[in-house]
Amino acid sequence: MPIKQQIFALVVSLLVFVFTIEMVRKKRLREEYSVLWLATSFTMFVLVIKYDWLVALTHIVGAELPTSTLFFGSIIFLILLAVQFSIKISKLSDQLKDLVQDNALMRHEFERLKKGSEQ
Amino acid sequence: MSKTIVVIPAYNEGVVIARVIENVRCVVPDFDILVVNDGSKDNTAREAAAAGAIVVSHSFNMGYGVTIQTAYKFAYAKGYDFLVQIDGDGQHDPAFIPELMRPVVAGDTDFVVGSRFLGVESYRPSFSRRLGILFFRKLVSSLIGRTISDPTSGYQAFNRDVMRFFTTDVFPCDYPDADMLITLNLAGFRIREIPVRMFANAAGKTMHSGFKPLYYMFKMCLSIVVTLLRNRQLYRR
Repeated sequence: MPIKQQIFALVVSLLVFVFTIEMVRKKRLREEYSVLWLATSFTMFVLVIKYDWLVALTHIVGAELPTSTLFFGSIIFLILLAVQFSIKISKLSDQLKDLVQDNALMRHEFERLKKGSEQ
Repeated sequence: MSKTIVVIPAYNEGVVIARVIENVRCVVPDFDILVVNDGSKDNTAREAAAAGAIVVSHSFNMGYGVTIQTAYKFAYAKGYDFLVQIDGDGQHDPAFIPELMRPVVAGDTDFVVGSRFLGVESYRPSFSRRLGILFFRKLVSSLIGRTISDPTSGYQAFNRDVMRFFTTDVFPCDYPDADMLITLNLAGFRIREIPVRMFANAAGKTMHSGFKPLYYMFKMCLSIVVTLLRNRQLYRR
């Protein structure tokens, strides 16, 4: 791997790692969403430092170039992230549904009791 | 004496809702009438309340499935024994409510679905809708082992057991049509069809409108497949 490419990959993975930690520290990102980001940036960092590991992985996945393996890895990461968000959105939609229903029923009950106490 | 409630899901039906309530009351004056207003932007809630219905309103639009489940939760919490469901756009002729109720009250079945294809003169749906209904008729009938001629009908009546079952997470809130019948069958509920009359929608707009037919077909097929794949323990009553 050319040294320029190596430095660039290291800087990007470090920036992503530090930025993610900072977001969690400031409570702008929940821990559960930071795991994938941290794991990916850490893996990227290790594979750039341990270049022979990256080459071995490249042989395992059948890619031509180590950079293709990194690119492929980043696509997998994005897919996992999208799936994680889809699962979370589904759960939130279910919770929202329950909240809207409970709110509607309680509001009706409240109005009924209010009318009863006014009469 | 048993308590029965007529539930009417409504979204922007301010023009017709009072007439629908009035028509229902003419047929079954002793039944309570509940309108679940699904975040309408018009005066649906006010009109329904003025017409004497119990009104429960969603804070914002949640869709047909969530709306009818709110009605089931209300009816179950208030201790109703039987529930009749009728659309808020005036498409379902309330004159058939007693027919729909009879086998459920007699205990001959748990769930009755009103069919527009069983002899009583009804409006003729559009060609694409008929095609979709035919597809789901074949699919549902083969899956539950008996003919259901109108699997997309929202004109239904059922007992308290079904009501309780529908208040759980098992209820398919996205599009509660054909997959709901399959879910009921898996849970061992008895299903029966009764002929009813349905009119064409005068306003041309219901909570069912706007569905992209192809997306609906895909979604419904997917929903049926996952319903069949789920652990049967989930459907235990």
